[in-house]
Amino acid sequence: MSLGSIFDIAGSGMTAQSLRLNTTASNIANAETASSSTGETYRARKPVFSAIQQSLMNPGQGGLPMAADEGPGAGVQVEGIVESDAELQMRYEPHHPAANEDGYVFYPNVNVVEEMADMMSSSRSFQMNVDVMNTAKSMMQRILTLGQQ
Amino acid sequence: MAITFDSALGIHQHAVEARVKRAEVLANNLANADTPGFKARDLDFQAMMQKAQEQVSGFQMDKTHDAHMDTSLSASDSDLMYRVPHQPSVDGNTVDAQQEQTRFMRNAMDFQASFQFLNSKFSGLTKALKGE
Repeated sequence: MSLGSIFDIAGSGMTAQSLRLNTTASNIANAETASSSTGETYRARKPVFSAIQQSLMNPGQGGLPMAADEGPGAGVQVEGIVESDAELQMRYEPHHPAANEDGYVFYPNVNVVEEMADMMSSSRSFQMNVDVMNTAKSMMQRILTLGQQ
Repeated sequence: MAITFDSALGIHQHAVEARVKRAEVLANNLANADTPGFKARDLDFQAMMQKAQEQVSGFQMDKTHDAHMDTSLSASDSDLMYRVPHQPSVDGNTVDAQQEQTRFMRNAMDFQASFQFLNSKFSGLTKALKGE
C-alpha cells in the first residue's frame, strides 16, 4: 500500500508552505527596517520550490531506468531561499539616525501588498495539504477495518 | 479449481489499489500547487482497470525471461498522463487546486465504495466458512 507516501507528500507540502509563510512574516516584519547603506539593508526573501521525483529516491524500480518525469512523484521541496534584486527604496530623511552623509536612508525592497497576497496563498495551500492528509488518514483507518464484522 | 483469494475477491482488490495510487498522484499535484513549472498529472483509471481485468480473467502477459518488462498493475507508470490546462499561467504550473481537490475527494469516495465491496467479499467468505 502506498497510502503511507501520501503522508510524506502532504507533509512535504506543509513544510514548504510554512517555510513560505515564515519568509513572508520575516519580510513584513522587516518592511520598515532602514539602514544607511545598500549592503546592510534587508532584502525581500523568497523560497524556491521544486518537485521531488520519486525515481531519484528509489532508482531502478521495475528494472527499467526511469525518466525524470516518470513515477507519481514524492512531494515538494524548498531548493533554497533567494533575496529579491528589486531596487531598494531611497528616502531623503536627514534627521533619521541611520541617514548617510547626504541625508538618505535605505528601506527594504519589500512589497507589502505582494507579501499579503503571498501569505493568503500559502495559508490556503497549507490548509489544502492538511485536508489531503486527513483524507489519507481516514482511508488508512478504513483499510484497517478490512474483514471486521 | 483451487479456491484462492485472487478468484474470490475479483476485481475489487485491484480497484482499491488503483484508487490508492491515484490518491498518491493527486496528493502530489496538490503539494506542488505552487511549484513553478510543475505539470499536473493523473492516472488513466480505465486503462488500469482494464489491465486488472485481464489479470483477473487470466489473459495477462507471462514473464518467461528476466529481461521481460513487468506489465503488472503496480510497477507500470505508463498510465500516468499530463493534464491539459484550462488556462495558461505565468510560471508554467498547470495545477488547478480546486479541481484537483474535487478529484481527490471524489477519489476518496470511490475508494470507500471499492472498499465496501471488498469488505462484503470478506464477510461473505466468513459466512461461508462458518456455515451460517
